[in-house]
Amino acid sequence: MSKEPVAVVGVGQTKHVAARRDVSIAGLVREAARRALDDAELTWADIDAVVIGKAPDFFEGVMMPELYLADALGAVGKPMLRVHTAGSVGGSTALVAANLVASRVHGTVLTLAFEKQSESNAMWGLSLPIPFQQPLLAGAGGFFAPHVRAYMRRSGAPETIGALVAYKDRRNALKNPYAHLHEQDITLDKVMASPMLWDPIRYSETCPSSDGACAMILTDRAGAARAPRPPAWMLGGAMRSEPTLFAGKDFVSPQAGQDCAADVYRQAGITDPRREIDGAEIYVPFSWYEPMWLENLGFAGEGEGWKLTEAGVTELDGDLPVNMSGGVLSTNPIGASGMIRFAEAALQVRGQAGEHQVDGARRVLGHAYGGGSQFFSMWLVGAEPPES
Amino acid sequence: MTSAPGDREIAVVAFAQTVHRRTSDESSEVEMLMPVLHEVLDRTGMKTADIDFTCSGSSDYLAGRAFSFTLALDGVGAWPPLSESHVEMDGAWALYEAWTKLLTGDADTALVYAYGKSSPGSVRDVLTRQLDPYYVAPLWPDAVALAALQAQALIDAGDTDEPALAAVAARNREAATANPHAQLKGPVPQGDHLVRPLRTGDCPPIGDGAAAVILAAGDRARDLCARPAWIRGIDHRIEAHGLGVRDLTDSPSTRLAAERAGAFERPVDTAELHAPFTAQEIVLRKALRLDDGVVVNPSGGALAANPIMAAGLIRIGEAAARIHRGASDRALAHATSGPCLQQNLVAVLEGEPR
Repeated sequence: MSKEPVAVVGVGQTKHVAARRDVSIAGLVREAARRALDDAELTWADIDAVVIGKAPDFFEGVMMPELYLADALGAVGKPMLRVHTAGSVGGSTALVAANLVASRVHGTVLTLAFEKQSESNAMWGLSLPIPFQQPLLAGAGGFFAPHVRAYMRRSGAPETIGALVAYKDRRNALKNPYAHLHEQDITLDKVMASPMLWDPIRYSETCPSSDGACAMILTDRAGAARAPRPPAWMLGGAMRSEPTLFAGKDFVSPQAGQDCAADVYRQAGITDPRREIDGAEIYVPFSWYEPMWLENLGFAGEGEGWKLTEAGVTELDGDLPVNMSGGVLSTNPIGASGMIRFAEAALQVRGQAGEHQVDGARRVLGHAYGGGSQFFSMWLVGAEPPES
Repeated sequence: MTSAPGDREIAVVAFAQTVHRRTSDESSEVEMLMPVLHEVLDRTGMKTADIDFTCSGSSDYLAGRAFSFTLALDGVGAWPPLSESHVEMDGAWALYEAWTKLLTGDADTALVYAYGKSSPGSVRDVLTRQLDPYYVAPLWPDAVALAALQAQALIDAGDTDEPALAAVAARNREAATANPHAQLKGPVPQGDHLVRPLRTGDCPPIGDGAAAVILAAGDRARDLCARPAWIRGIDHRIEAHGLGVRDLTDSPSTRLAAERAGAFERPVDTAELHAPFTAQEIVLRKALRLDDGVVVNPSGGALAANPIMAAGLIRIGEAAARIHRGASDRALAHATSGPCLQQNLVAVLEGEPR
């Protein structure tokens, strides 16, 4: 007897915005969960367990908020798990939930991730001073900018690549009603003229701070057979972690990311990701991470990722569309950002992605990373169930 | 792989913990955790590279910084990269996640660890940040005050009285005299009321500590441990957050988790209960239908050492260790989280017949 196949039969998101002052944290998560249930045509009673994830508790100022959210998520009397693996948490949360189904512990699981960034200030939440420890101070952008510069130097990529990514993702977001940023009048010139924040990362090449939640209903074969809409099938999923800092660490293309992708491809029987995968939702919080991750994920050779971006391969109508939803560059409720990648991948293979649907998407990758480019979680979903 | 997902046998094969202390100023969390990780690996003869999956439990709010678990991961030695996860929960739930991972057949061994330092801050105040942020947390009701509400409800219901609570405290701390890791042991005065009806003796010691467990599946477990503590069942349930809608004299989530874990199928000989406050042991004994024939908290329980985020995992470790050394054949371990036993986990562990 092999693992139980896992299917995504429901996806729900909030409209991501800078500040959802009209709802509490509980109201925010319930909205996404309710939409996922509606999509699956299920009720709270159909859910066996709840797996919730978010980034650091300091981002809202609530310690272990799942305790307070048990009621809002219909979890009373049920098992409830809370995952926290830094920025990769949205993906990790979905994978922990998937294991509950794959192991046949539960039949149908609600998984959800959220962040209500307007409750606090993420940059300073990341910068609490601790004696004898290096403070981050400038937030995530200051941490990642040197690694982008290292990539540019190593690959010889033209300086314009980052702007191309941002211009593409912000235009894709216009086709996604749930995306935070809807910049109707975006132009490439405007991106390139935007203020420099952390050289070489410009304001328009940076993710926003968002309030939002994303939920999915994961279920077994029997659940998938009852689903009103086509399910997305999990073909492979993996997490990998490596230390923050160590001699020889490659911040541009971390080994943990390569290993994680290799594990997912092995599970899914993928030998040539560039040809066999129809699209990817990749965690790109700063524009340059698109070409960097294209290489890390095996879609391009070392130093070649930027050429895919430059040639338009990653555009919505390109050969390998990336971040069809607008990506993290257009929507970033931090703890939910990974799950949005996983959920958008599922929407694509279900044919439910609306205006940003890629025609004929059969296999799509969802990717998340976090910490100091050290925590990775990924899954590959398909329109067909895995071969047993 | 020794058996198929869903019916894999999974056991606790090793357990280690710190000597729990009021303060550990001289060491960071990583430094506190490292010896425990080495000890638990040494017990099985394994190295980090032999572990298929790693999962931990800890809290940023105790550490006072975001992503605090990343520093602990450095201590594990996550190179080459590990298959690894983390829950912002007591380590007992990290063990649960690892158990599901092993059930899928994707891993045969797992390292589970948890740690918490309560000493740097006022843990009574810190825990108020767990409460409903709109209606309850602004009032800063602290953990002892909430536990006192529960104790008073229990007294009002006729389920206990102050002398009975004192007896719970005395028995746990007497048992702890045999536990070299315990922080508060032997005769301890009940003291004055801290928050009526709870006296200082009814409350757990505040302290720092860490614990680690290794899980293994099937024959791998038999290779690593002379008498594995097989997890016959494990389940966890959460209750409503609002204290006003709960019956604080009962723990339906514990009872349901115990049912799902198979605890009531046959009597257990030992129970390790995560009851930081004396009155909570009374609630749990009732929910779990433990009679006087069951050895409860031979370690001294959380009343003898309560390193937050690790204390639940320690209950599983202590129960497993008794099976390892032949002092128990079938043991129940319980972990709790949240105010007044809001969330509860029950595991049933067994040793093979001797």
